[in-house]
Amino acid sequence: MSAGLELKDVTIRFGGLKAVSELSFSVAPGELVGLIGPNGAGKTTVFNLITGVYTPTSGQIHFEGTPVPGKKPHEITRMGIARTFQNIRLFSSLSVLDNVRAAMMTHLKRGIIHSLSRGPVYHREEASVEKEAIELLDIFGLADRLDANSKSLNYGDQRRLEIVRALATKPKLLLLDEPAAGMNPSEKDDLMQLIRFIKERYNLAVLLVEHDMKVVMGICQRIAVIEYGCKIAEGSPKEIQCDPKVIEAYLGVCAE
Amino acid sequence: MKRYTAQIALIVALAVSLGISCASDSIDAYYLDIALNVGINIILAVSLNLVNGHTGQFSLGHAAFMAVGAYGASIFTLEASQKLIPLLGGPGTFATGTAFFIALVIGGLCAAICGWLVGMPSLRLRGDYLAIVTLGFNEIVRVILQNTSGDGPFGGPLGLKGIPSHTTFFWVFAFAAVCVYVVASMVNSTYGRGFLAVRDDEVAAGSMGINTVRYKVTAFVTGSFFAGLAGGLYAHLRTTISPAGFDFLKSFDVVVIVILGGMGSTAGVIAAAILLTVLNEFLRDFEQYRMIVFSLLLIIMMIVRPQGLLPSLPFFTRKKSA
Repeated sequence: MSAGLELKDVTIRFGGLKAVSELSFSVAPGELVGLIGPNGAGKTTVFNLITGVYTPTSGQIHFEGTPVPGKKPHEITRMGIARTFQNIRLFSSLSVLDNVRAAMMTHLKRGIIHSLSRGPVYHREEASVEKEAIELLDIFGLADRLDANSKSLNYGDQRRLEIVRALATKPKLLLLDEPAAGMNPSEKDDLMQLIRFIKERYNLAVLLVEHDMKVVMGICQRIAVIEYGCKIAEGSPKEIQCDPKVIEAYLGVCAE
Repeated sequence: MKRYTAQIALIVALAVSLGISCASDSIDAYYLDIALNVGINIILAVSLNLVNGHTGQFSLGHAAFMAVGAYGASIFTLEASQKLIPLLGGPGTFATGTAFFIALVIGGLCAAICGWLVGMPSLRLRGDYLAIVTLGFNEIVRVILQNTSGDGPFGGPLGLKGIPSHTTFFWVFAFAAVCVYVVASMVNSTYGRGFLAVRDDEVAAGSMGINTVRYKVTAFVTGSFFAGLAGGLYAHLRTTISPAGFDFLKSFDVVVIVILGGMGSTAGVIAAAILLTVLNEFLRDFEQYRMIVFSLLLIIMMIVRPQGLLPSLPFFTRKKSA
């Protein structure tokens, strides 16, 4: 078994519908892979399979040699896979800081008993969690909005906070589900820089689902294309742009 | 010192309730009774708020857990206390107090076990299943108790009578303080952000490494435990209990307090528990209109202040960092 994420012949059926069919691809440690396809191709379903929301009908998914199917979402997060959501799913009643704190709990050593005793150990751990969360938010320029309600942030910041929250679980693989959706061109440029930056800084593998071709072609090292749940092409951005099958399914014209 | 505000507040509350309890002979019995009702309702409402408010589940069966606790504690007192008190050093304040404490905890544990049995299967699902299951559980408990033999330990439809009147101001408000402390410190910690995260978005919470089922069950079992404790206190205050007293309307009363106080606001729920219990007394002459007044109150609240009586002020706020 190789390191990183590996999908082998993964199929999921919903009744008579084969949403994903015999899909195989892998993401090596530190690699930035794009997953594209027309609407309804099954990209988000693939994410849900990897993160344990769905269990595949057949096929295998391994992360660092450990099988993923059958595990609960929170167990998979603890293995080192974190995700963001296509439609923003922040904890809307919590502050910016608490959104990150809630995610950091994954690595909290002490639980309910220490929350009740509120002894010195508890206070030390609380302080270190808070410090770490503030540091993380500071890197992403959100440190001045710590106590703001997460819903009061502007759209770009909400997207960014979702990424920060995912990073707070200390992942090795980050799944980004359409992070550029609804962003204007300058926000998209910032996002591309941000993704490159977190990949380098945290030495992350990233799997990116995105419709915006400028973003995908600009940052991905490798791209997999799916249509109707089947992989129709895989390769470097250049290869994908000239692949006749992809053009037929999706892009329309071949870029020079 | 500032770090231990919560513990200091708890100790002060315990000391004050002990002090008032010692002077309780000089308080008018009628007002004392209202005060004790207020305290019991605070325990019920704050513990239900952990489930319905903070964790965002919807339990409609708090009275059932209260019933389990009331019967558990009363049966222990009636059957075992006579044997236990001499072992603790004869009849005296200490021995009876300890026996009562044990009875209350046993009542709470019985309720917590029931909470676990009910919560474990129904909390694995998302959505309103808990409301349906707890509503059913409430009726099941009542009907089972009603159909027990009149000579048996449960006393059948007439219930239990002759329960020693052990409940004092101290016991009620000591446990109310403990309940508030437990719920507030559970929620206001990094660990406790998980309850709120589950309420806000269960899917996202799971993806952030939060074991959602365990959180929901923890909240539900803790809530059940305190409901059982409140039941034990209630039984030893009224000295008689019957299955009819723990019907759906009793659960509904607690839900009304929680909604009026503001889901997830401990301070608001305490205020609402005081307000509604006192209001209940004032409306005693208009008993048949009580539910109409409560319903109107709820409707007005939903329109005017959907967030509840008090703003959601956490008990232990984060110190502002520069």
